[in-house]
Amino acid sequence: MEQFAPVKRAKDGQPIRYLVVDDSVFARKNLARIIQTFGGQVAAEAGDGVAAITEYERTKPDIVLMDITMPQMEGIAAAEKIVVQHPEARIVMVSSVGYQENIVAALQRGARHFVQKPVKPEVLYEVIKYVLGDDATVTSAAGAGV
Amino acid sequence: MRMELIQPFINSADAVLAQGLDSPISIGSLSMEEDAYRRRGVAALIYVTGDIEGRVIFDLDSPTAVRVASKFAGTELPESDSLVWETVCELANQVTGNAITALNDQGFHFRVHPPVLHTAEVGSKSSEDTEALVMCFETATGNIFMNIALRYNRRRHPEHTAVAGV
Repeated sequence: MEQFAPVKRAKDGQPIRYLVVDDSVFARKNLARIIQTFGGQVAAEAGDGVAAITEYERTKPDIVLMDITMPQMEGIAAAEKIVVQHPEARIVMVSSVGYQENIVAALQRGARHFVQKPVKPEVLYEVIKYVLGDDATVTSAAGAGV
Repeated sequence: MRMELIQPFINSADAVLAQGLDSPISIGSLSMEEDAYRRRGVAALIYVTGDIEGRVIFDLDSPTAVRVASKFAGTELPESDSLVWETVCELANQVTGNAITALNDQGFHFRVHPPVLHTAEVGSKSSEDTEALVMCFETATGNIFMNIALRYNRRRHPEHTAVAGV
């Protein structure tokens, strides 16, 4: 898998910490592999919206990657609940169902961006950098010791 | 079942499988299933509700499912690994989700339900208004079958129902 220039937290140079939310173990593992190529860390995983809220409170990640179609509580509802409590939360919806209404609903409820499955690493990489903005720095591969 | 419902699934399967398996795919056969659905191996079932209703089944024989899952995982998986059926479920989810997205752009509205593992050996027989179409996608990793049974929801889309029976 392609390696990308590591994205770090601007404030302390530490790896970006991700909360990965998807009811599919396969999808979570796939995202975790992609995150590694960005130099990031998986702070926690969750299999539904309810667990996502709990894990967000516990780990306070820099980024949440959130599926939409999940049992118990769907991703858009979970995103809204997290953002109400934590307006600074950066949530990127990651779903195979990428039609306009879903995207608009997610953005209206506080999600920062949307990425359609199957996830293209280069697309997610650009979205992560955009969503983090000035709170992230991209280090050169040589400087990161890669 | 009208082609306008099928084509998005073909396009979506082509894109998702070609990207995931990193090799070209082709449609080997396409047929209407008149008998009850009979599972081939590892099968994932997704229900769709809304303007169009029905179900999509992704079905791979066990050796193919293991090869496909191993390809996605980047390591050899044993047949007993839960990632094998997880992979089939997620592939079904991605193909169906992308197809539904395309159909939504045509004005249909639905809800896609989370994939479930189809464990029964035999499924329900298709009916007059819910014919099942079976497509075989030939890949370098083996054959992948997609079984689609969809119909227009009469209460929600009467204009499509009127022409669907023609």
